[in-house]
Amino acid sequence: MTYKVEMRHITKIFGTLYANDDVTLQVKQGEIHALLGENGAGKSTLMSVLFGLYHQEQGDILIDGSPVEIKNPNDANRLGIGMVHQHFKLVESFTVLDNIILGAEDTQNGIIQYEQATKKLQHLIQTYKLHVDLHAYIKDITVGQQQRVEILKMLYRDADILIFDEPTAVLTPQEIHELMNIMRGFAKEGKTIMLITHKLNEIKAVADVCTVLRRGKKIGTVNVKDTSIETLAEMMVGREVSFTVEKPDMEHGEAIFEVEHLNVSGHGRHAVKDVSFKVHRGEILGIAGIDGNGQTELIHALTGLKPIISGKATLMGSDITHLPIRQKYQKGMSHIPEDRQKHGVVMDFDLQSNLILQNYYQPQFQKHAFLKFDVIQDHADELINRFDIRSERGPKTIVRQMSGGNQQKAILGREISRAHELLIAVQPTRGLDVGAIEYIHAQLISERNQQKAVLLISLELEEIMNLSDRILVMYEGEIVGELDPKKTTVNELGLYMSGAKRGGVHE
Amino acid sequence: MNEHKKQAKDVIVKILKKLGQAILRALVVIKPSLIAIGLGLFIGLIIMLIFDAGDAFPALGTLLIGGFNGGLRGIGNTLYQAAPIILTGLAVAFAFRTGLFNIGASGQMMMGAYVAIHIGVRYTLPGTVHWIIAFLAGMLAGAIWGLIPGLLKALSNVNEVVSSIMMNYIAGNLLIIFIMKYVFNPTYSRSLNILRTAELPLLTSVFPNSTANIGIFIAIIVVIIAHIILHKTTLGFGLRASGFSMPGSKYAGMNTKANIITAMTLSGSFAGMAGAIAFLVVGKNIGTAFEIFPQGFDGISVALLGLGEPIGALFAGLFLANIRMGAFYMQRYSFVPQIIDMIIAVIIYVTAISAALQMIFKRYGQQFKAWRLSRHEKKEGK
Repeated sequence: MTYKVEMRHITKIFGTLYANDDVTLQVKQGEIHALLGENGAGKSTLMSVLFGLYHQEQGDILIDGSPVEIKNPNDANRLGIGMVHQHFKLVESFTVLDNIILGAEDTQNGIIQYEQATKKLQHLIQTYKLHVDLHAYIKDITVGQQQRVEILKMLYRDADILIFDEPTAVLTPQEIHELMNIMRGFAKEGKTIMLITHKLNEIKAVADVCTVLRRGKKIGTVNVKDTSIETLAEMMVGREVSFTVEKPDMEHGEAIFEVEHLNVSGHGRHAVKDVSFKVHRGEILGIAGIDGNGQTELIHALTGLKPIISGKATLMGSDITHLPIRQKYQKGMSHIPEDRQKHGVVMDFDLQSNLILQNYYQPQFQKHAFLKFDVIQDHADELINRFDIRSERGPKTIVRQMSGGNQQKAILGREISRAHELLIAVQPTRGLDVGAIEYIHAQLISERNQQKAVLLISLELEEIMNLSDRILVMYEGEIVGELDPKKTTVNELGLYMSGAKRGGVHE
Repeated sequence: MNEHKKQAKDVIVKILKKLGQAILRALVVIKPSLIAIGLGLFIGLIIMLIFDAGDAFPALGTLLIGGFNGGLRGIGNTLYQAAPIILTGLAVAFAFRTGLFNIGASGQMMMGAYVAIHIGVRYTLPGTVHWIIAFLAGMLAGAIWGLIPGLLKALSNVNEVVSSIMMNYIAGNLLIIFIMKYVFNPTYSRSLNILRTAELPLLTSVFPNSTANIGIFIAIIVVIIAHIILHKTTLGFGLRASGFSMPGSKYAGMNTKANIITAMTLSGSFAGMAGAIAFLVVGKNIGTAFEIFPQGFDGISVALLGLGEPIGALFAGLFLANIRMGAFYMQRYSFVPQIIDMIIAVIIYVTAISAALQMIFKRYGQQFKAWRLSRHEKKEGK
C-alpha cells in the first residue's frame, strides 16, 4: 500500500551532531501519528525537514508514493503540508483575517480581495468548529485562539498533511480537550496529522500510531491502543521512569516570606493587581496560571528585575520591597529565573564564572579585588560533582556550548548551594527532558524537606499538582483561588486558570 | 653524561612542543584578523596592479616593511604614531568588552591633548614633574569627556554612540576656542610650543632623529593594566558580565549603571592619555581649523582588528602604525598614500564580516570534502 507521507532513511547532521540518524517514518492517510521523544531527540528536526526548513543530508521523502523534493516551506505548502509551530508566527498588530491570508492573498490590480477569503474561512470555521473572530487583532485574542488562527492558516492553504509542534504547551486543560476534538475531526475528514509531543497522556488520548525517537534514532513505531504509557516512557527515555514524586507529609513552619497588596505594571497595563500571599518554611507554594497572566511580572517585581508600584514584600522579618537585587540575595533569596539564558546565566562566560555570578565579590572568591581563580575552580568542581552538571571542558566550558538541561542544573546548583532561606523557582523544568525533570523535582522537594520556603511558578499543571503543598491560581493579574492539591483535580484547576471560576482564597 | 644530555634534550623538546602548541592556539584565536589582513592586502594589491602593474609588487613590499624602510628613525616614528592609536584602540576595546560602543575616543583624545598642551605651555614646573602632571591632567580630561556619555547612558538611557559622537563635535569646537584664548601662536595660527620641561622623555638615543618618546612604553603598560583589570579583578568580572549580558548581570545583582559609568570613564581616560602622548612633544601643535582627530576612529579599527581585547589592540595598533609608515615610504613609487586608507578600509570591513566569511569557508570546505568523498566512492565502486 502507499503511505500518505513516507520519509525514508532520513539523516540530518548539524556539525558533528546527528539530529536524525537514518530515521524512517510511514504515515497513512487519515491517521493521527504522534512523534514522541525527549527534547533534542530530533522530532522537530524531522518535521522541519518535511516542512522544508532544513534539507536532509541523506534519505528520500515520498508523498502519496511519489518522491518529492522539498527545498523550502513554499514547496511544502504546494504539496499540501502545513505546520503549526510551537512558537506562533503571527503578526500581532494585524487582524486574524490579515494573518491568515498573509502570503497567499488574492489580489486584483494590486488590491486585496477579502470577500472570497472571508467566505472560504467562514466555511472552514463552521466545518471544523474553529471559532475565532476574523476581525479581531491578534494581540487581543487568547493564546488558544491564536493557535486556531495558525490552524486556519494551514487549512486556508488547502493543507491535508497537518503538523503540530507541541501544540498543548500553552493551553489550559479545557483548550487541550477542544484541540483534541478538532484533531479527531480532521482525521475523520481524511486529513493526515502528525503530532510532535513529549506528553504521554496526550498521545494516549488522541493518537492512533506513535513513532518514538531517541537521540536522533528511531526506536520504534507502535499502535497506541496496544501500548501502555509505561512502555512508551521507557521507549522514550531508554530506562524505567518513575512518575510519582516521593514527597513525605510534613507540617510547615512559620511564614518567612510575606507579600502584601502588591501592584506591578507591565506592557503598559496593570499586570499584577493587589496580590498578597505568604510562604512558610517547609512548604512548596505553587502558583498556577496560563502564560501571560501576571506571573512573570509578579516574580520580576519580587526579585528586583522590575519596579514595584505599591505593596510590600517581607523576607525573614525585614522589608525587602525596594532593596537592590544584591541585598535581596544577601537577605536569603535564591531565584531560578524563568528565562534561564537571558537572566540565569551569562552565556559567553565559562561555567566556573557563572557559578559565582552573584558571589564573586565575597571574600571567599577575591582578595584585594583580585579573583582567586583556584578557589573559583574548586568551587565549580564541587558543584559539578554534586549536581551532576555535564559539560565538555568542565569549569572552563563556555555555557553557551552546554545543553539546556545542564545549564539549568548549573543554575539550580548555584541557587541551592548559595546561603538562602527562600527559593523562587520559575518554570524550573521548561524544555528539559524527563531525566532532568525528575532530578530537579527531587531537588525542590529536598529543599522543602530541609525547612526552606519554596515558591514554585509553573505552567505545567502536573508539576504544580505533584510538587505543591498549596496552590494559588493567577488570572489576569489577580490571585483567583487557593487550592489544596490533594483535594482538587486538574479540571477544577483549569476552570480557575481560565477565569471561569474564582473565590475561596484564605490567608 | 649521556643521560644528562638526553634529559636536557627531552626538556627542550617538551618546551618547544608547548611553545608550538601555544603559537598554534594563538593562531586559531587571531585567525579572523589574519584573514582580514590578508584579504585587505590582496585587494590593495589588485588596485595597485590596475594603476601601475610594474611597481605594484615592490610597493606592496615597501608597505609591509613599513617603518623599517627608514631604519631606526623609521621605527622610532612608527612607535611614536603607534602609541596614541594603541591607546584609542584600547579605549574602544575596553568599552566594547562592557557592551558599550565608545565612538567618542576622538573627542576624549582632543580634550586630553588640549589640557596637556595647556599645562605644558602655561605652567612652569621642574622637568619630570611637569610632564607627569601634564600627562595625568590630559588623562583626567579624557576621563571626564568619557564620563559624560556614560552618565547620560546610565541615568537616562541615552545611546552612547549618539552622545559620544556629539561630544566629538563639542570637543572640536571647544579646542579652537581654548587655543585662541589661552595658548595661541598668531604667527602660525596654532597652539604655542610646549616648554621643554613638559616634553615626554624622548628615545632619540635609540632612534636618532625620530619623534619616538616613552609614550609607547606608557601604552604597553596601560594595555597590561587594562588586561589585568578586565580579566583578573572583581571590577573586570562585573564589567565583562555587563558587556556579555545586561539582563544577566542585573539578575546577578550587579550595579549595571555603575558599570557603564566606570567603563566609559576608564575608556575616556585611555583616549585622554593618547592625546597627551601625541602632543607632549615640542613642535607638535594643534591648529585652529576645525578638525576631529583621526586617531579616535583609527581606534575603532584597531579595536576591531585586535578582536576587542587590550592585548589585541597593542598588536593591531603597532601593525596599523607600521603600514601607515609604509604608505609614507611608498610615495617613492607612483602610488598616492591614499591607497593605504583603502587597504585599511578593506581590512576593517573584512574583520567586521569575518565571522560570516569563516562560516562560508567552512560550508564550502565541507561541500568540497563531500564532493571529493563521493567521487572517491564512485571510483572505488567501479
